[in-house]
Amino acid sequence: MSETVIRVEGLGKRYRVGERARYFALRDILTRAFTATFRGNGRRQSVDYLWAMRGVSFDVLRGEVVGLIGRNGAGKTTLLKILSRITRPTEGFAEIQGRVGSLLEVGTGFHPELTGRENLYLSGAILGMRKSEIARKFDEIVWFAGVERFIDTPLKHFSTGMQMRLAFAVAAHLEPEILFVDEVLAVGDLEFQKKCLGKMQDVSKSGRTIIFVSHQMNQIRRLCERVIWIDSGQVRLDGFAEPAIAAYEQASLLASHQGPTELRSHESVSFSSWEVLRRRGSGSNVVATGTGVISMAIRVLIREAIEHGRVAVVVYDSRGFLISGWSFDNLQLVPGEHDVQLSFPDLPLRPGAYSVYFSIHDDNERNHNWTLVPALIIEGTPVTHFMDEWAGVLNIPCSLACKQIEFSAPDDKWRDARCE
Amino acid sequence: MSGEAAISESAALAPLPLIRIAPQSGRWTPPLGELWSYRELLYFFVWRDIKIRYKQTVIGAAWAILQPFLTMLVFSLFFGKLAHIPSEGLPYPIFYYCALLPWMYFATSLQNATNTMVENQRLITKVYFPRLALPLSSILSGLVDFGVSFLMFIAMMIYFGTRPSAAILWFPAFLLLALLTALGMGLWLSALNAVYRDVRYVVPFMVQFWMFASPVVYPSSLVPEKWRGLYGLNPMAGVIEGFRWSLAGHGDPPRRMLLVSTGVVILLVLTGAAYFQKMESKIADVV
Repeated sequence: MSETVIRVEGLGKRYRVGERARYFALRDILTRAFTATFRGNGRRQSVDYLWAMRGVSFDVLRGEVVGLIGRNGAGKTTLLKILSRITRPTEGFAEIQGRVGSLLEVGTGFHPELTGRENLYLSGAILGMRKSEIARKFDEIVWFAGVERFIDTPLKHFSTGMQMRLAFAVAAHLEPEILFVDEVLAVGDLEFQKKCLGKMQDVSKSGRTIIFVSHQMNQIRRLCERVIWIDSGQVRLDGFAEPAIAAYEQASLLASHQGPTELRSHESVSFSSWEVLRRRGSGSNVVATGTGVISMAIRVLIREAIEHGRVAVVVYDSRGFLISGWSFDNLQLVPGEHDVQLSFPDLPLRPGAYSVYFSIHDDNERNHNWTLVPALIIEGTPVTHFMDEWAGVLNIPCSLACKQIEFSAPDDKWRDARCE
Repeated sequence: MSGEAAISESAALAPLPLIRIAPQSGRWTPPLGELWSYRELLYFFVWRDIKIRYKQTVIGAAWAILQPFLTMLVFSLFFGKLAHIPSEGLPYPIFYYCALLPWMYFATSLQNATNTMVENQRLITKVYFPRLALPLSSILSGLVDFGVSFLMFIAMMIYFGTRPSAAILWFPAFLLLALLTALGMGLWLSALNAVYRDVRYVVPFMVQFWMFASPVVYPSSLVPEKWRGLYGLNPMAGVIEGFRWSLAGHGDPPRRMLLVSTGVVILLVLTGAAYFQKMESKIADVV
């Protein structure tokens, strides 16, 4: 089926700057309230406006799972809020076909004085479930949250984790045709997070249309086949998940980078370009994770001969975490253009963008350095821990087996287990 | 596939609702159809308000009796026994309690409705539902307190041997008028308070002034006959006199006053709904 269920046309949202902080003095109230009532929106002058989002257009087909990515404040949440009808757009329009459920926050409408049971009903109703539907799924939700014993206790006696689990459990049992989810998976303990991610994967495979906001790129990689990258309130890229995420990560890497990225031609050493040799990825700066020997060449222009140079290579991930560094001494370079080749037997790093810092130390103790542009992109499927914060930096597969030792039984039994 | 087969197939499936999201809808009437489809949520809001109100208090629903009852005692003592305000043959307790029933309902509903948008700010900024459900639920949940305090009134009627006349048949109409007055004001104030936050500080004063502008502590017969119609511009005047007349058989049916009051209430509800509707789209941005 390839029927359009969400159509967004030139959507824009304008806020008045400082609108939220606006405070009216008592003497202003009556005059302002009345004039505002009768004058309509008014044509106030000298007020600053800010477009949180403008000219956003895209279509979503039935059953698509779309990841919405972008920096904080790029307009992702504004877009979700407009699509969920929480706030109205200033211009443009959107059409949505089907029952919409939106999950912008976990635990919306929970009240500490009410019991778990009462909150479950209330929250379900607020998220758009019918009373009969909640009653039908009640046991399943309670089981999912794992709060059977406390269900008739006031919520204020629940631990934060329990509250979150109950809240997510309610939300996870929503069954609308279209679901909007704003970064809510990061709740509860490890086991519960895994349950949530599994549930989301089930939901995404059940043919429902989902728009999903997350800052955890590997979560997006797992769940979405399509990604829309929102930047400064506009669609910067709309396409297949992997290249879009790579482009986004690369851009955020460059934005956060403070080192020299421009060529300095007046110096005795300058860098012009680099590329992956014998490339198998989708670009000259892209390599596949864990697929054997990787070589790259960095083009360097030498103006003064170097007798005892030192070369250093340092790799950082997109969060600025140092992955590894190497140095090579006694390098001799004659003036001219050189291809400096680096080879790794393998780069088993997690998919993402990496910044590679390359420097040459000359005979006069001067350091010439360059952070490779474009950034190094590693593609592929993440195979380590399902949560980004535990996945680490390496992407090395692991298998698990379990050997059962029984005194009564003479022969060993091997049991298969999975390690994801 | 033939055209007919396609038509019958699509008719068999429940039609998916098409939601259109655009800038200002331009409509001035509330989306009553949509509100109806959210009736279960409205029920849950009312249920939540009542649960929470009674859950943390020690004596629970007894507050709904104590408040008007103690006020009635104070009024009977100071305004009745000491100031000799005429009650036209009614025992003071009946005279005051009868007025305090709708007045307390009105005053509480008004204050709850004023704060409801701000109190439910998190909800408003995170979930969509017809915002009208919030002030509406504040007005409706007040009816439970009203019902409880009404039981006390029945006990008092029996104690004082006051017998209701056939006029009691009109009572539901006056209750409805009280509800609509609270709704009309509630719509205005909840929308205003969402945008102009200090409305909430004005409301307690307003309620106080309004009480003295209504025949709560005195009968409306103190107001000169020729001003009675003008007095009816205050819809609570019509409501309170209506309560006294229909429940305790006090005075004449408040005809002229009631007519004016009803007109004012209709106007209040219509303008309130329109203003609320106009502000609804902005509320999530400013609340």
